[in-house]
Amino acid sequence: MRRSLGALPLLVFVGLAFGIPAIAMVAGAFTPGLDNLALTLQGGYLLALLNSVKLSAVVAVLGAVLGTFLAQAVVTSRSTALREAVLTASGVLANFGGVPLAFFWVATLGNAGVVSGLLGLPSGTLFSFWGLALVYLYFAVPLMVLVIAPALDGLRPQWREAAANNGATTWHYWRHVGLPVLTPGLLGGVVLLFGSAFAAYATASAMGAGTVLPLVTLKIAAALSGDVQTGFENVGLALSLDMVLVAALVMAVYLPLQRRSTRWLQ
Amino acid sequence: MIAALTVVTAACGAAPATETKTEGGVNAATATSAADFGGLDKLVEAAKKEGNLHVIALPPDWANYGEIIKKFQEKYGITIESENPDASSADEINAVKTRKGQDRAPDVLDVGQAFAFSGAKEGLYAPYKVQSWDKIPEGQKDPNGLWVNDYGGYVSIGCDAKKIGTCPQTFADLLKPEYKGKVALNGNPNKSGSAFGGVWAASLAEGGSLDDIGPGVQFFKKLKDVGNYNPVESTPATVEKGETPISIDWDYLNAGYREQFLPKGLDFQVVVPKDGIYAQYYAQAINKDAPHPAAARLWMEFLYSAEGQNLWLKGGARPVLMPSMTADGTIDKALADKLPPVEGEAKFPTEDQVNKAKDALAKTWDAAVAG
Repeated sequence: MRRSLGALPLLVFVGLAFGIPAIAMVAGAFTPGLDNLALTLQGGYLLALLNSVKLSAVVAVLGAVLGTFLAQAVVTSRSTALREAVLTASGVLANFGGVPLAFFWVATLGNAGVVSGLLGLPSGTLFSFWGLALVYLYFAVPLMVLVIAPALDGLRPQWREAAANNGATTWHYWRHVGLPVLTPGLLGGVVLLFGSAFAAYATASAMGAGTVLPLVTLKIAAALSGDVQTGFENVGLALSLDMVLVAALVMAVYLPLQRRSTRWLQ
Repeated sequence: MIAALTVVTAACGAAPATETKTEGGVNAATATSAADFGGLDKLVEAAKKEGNLHVIALPPDWANYGEIIKKFQEKYGITIESENPDASSADEINAVKTRKGQDRAPDVLDVGQAFAFSGAKEGLYAPYKVQSWDKIPEGQKDPNGLWVNDYGGYVSIGCDAKKIGTCPQTFADLLKPEYKGKVALNGNPNKSGSAFGGVWAASLAEGGSLDDIGPGVQFFKKLKDVGNYNPVESTPATVEKGETPISIDWDYLNAGYREQFLPKGLDFQVVVPKDGIYAQYYAQAINKDAPHPAAARLWMEFLYSAEGQNLWLKGGARPVLMPSMTADGTIDKALADKLPPVEGEAKFPTEDQVNKAKDALAKTWDAAVAG
């Protein structure tokens, strides 16, 4: 009891900062009744929700794989300069989301972009599902490098030598030693990447994704703040509730898996 | 003791220090015309006493609002506090609701048509009739004066003539193969008023009506299927860089880009397509709980004077009094001649038609152009 007293300020803060908006969101989403939630599971709203989940899943898995290989290459390179450079760059790029990132890509691969001109890409290449996934990977991969590099550092060279002494191949080593140890980090990375892609708004908005690739965050913005829709505020709140439920679902899958894999580390 | 308290409370009730009263004893917050103040001079006096005016969502480079604000301050010596210039209509309504009774609530609003209707229904606006009320065309004002259309324009097609060669003149032209990947809107029609107008204009071009925005959605689906639709939201930057060489937008915004880019060697041409004539106006309203009720009403009088209307015209927008001002010769002719010509006459949607269109768009737009 005494110990939890020290956490009281934090608990009060969390209660205020998350509790009040959460209550307001749920209350709004259910006013009046279930109509708003039902609407969010139809037509364009459902399409947006599915698009967001699909895009975030693709970005999370691709970002995790690419980020892990990149981090492994850097960690094993034994070059301190390279390591420092990549980690610092990752720290910057992981936060390089939003409008600047969107314009960076539009200037490069957009319809009048520098590189699209050189490659002769058809117009609209960047403004598609895979175009947006590519843009999202630009902050997802560095984020994964930051998350997974410490875990890769934790793999002791002695384990590998011991495995080799016992006649294990590289594949055996990774299958039975490396990957099990890395699993919590990898899973955590995937969940983190999924979350950041799922919640991304400014990048997609600046790229005009709302017109070709409806995403749930863009639909919320249209419902809450625009010049056209009136009386859709509670639909926006219902969409937010959908997002919370999706995030909760991802956590529900992640937590038991993570608990299982951390057992190996004890 | 009780007697003393009664005197004090009675005094409080009789003369609250914060309310502006006219000489006739009319509360500024309930005055519905300049006459209620005892004439425009008395209104000016009352407004000067308040000293401030809070406005929201007035971008200085939009319809010449920068100069309008400056002129009003100079003329009356009233300080305008302009907040969040890039806010949307929904943000304005939110500010009115969440700051009710506060000193920093917005005094006046400039909102999209849908928000004029919904705000009036929710009882957020104060009824007020400006001196030029009778000259405002029917259908462009709330009968009780809760809101009045202020300025607007036609849906137009802007085109970078150096990049495009032959500029499209109609919606039908936009489907031609030579415009592959080049035709953009100013945003998502579920959010941006001008994109909403663009879809409605396309609907009219395709045989739809003010009752049916569906053909407009189908038009953009067709545009997407032939590969001409460009999803990038057009802004001055994307227009200048050639990212959105053809942009469907309000004529006053497109015409503004033309002026802005001429010195940079860009030939941005603007036409109002004759197959899809759609005009829309923004509406002006006074916050019912305006912290500066007299200044808010003076602002309205200023905007609906010949001076205010010509200032909007200077920004390329068509002021609502343009027909009567053209008739009585108070319009600035040089500025009026600069506007893109319009063949035919626009009709304005009713509240029901606007609601029907926006609900239909919320359901159908995404599925039509996604992918």
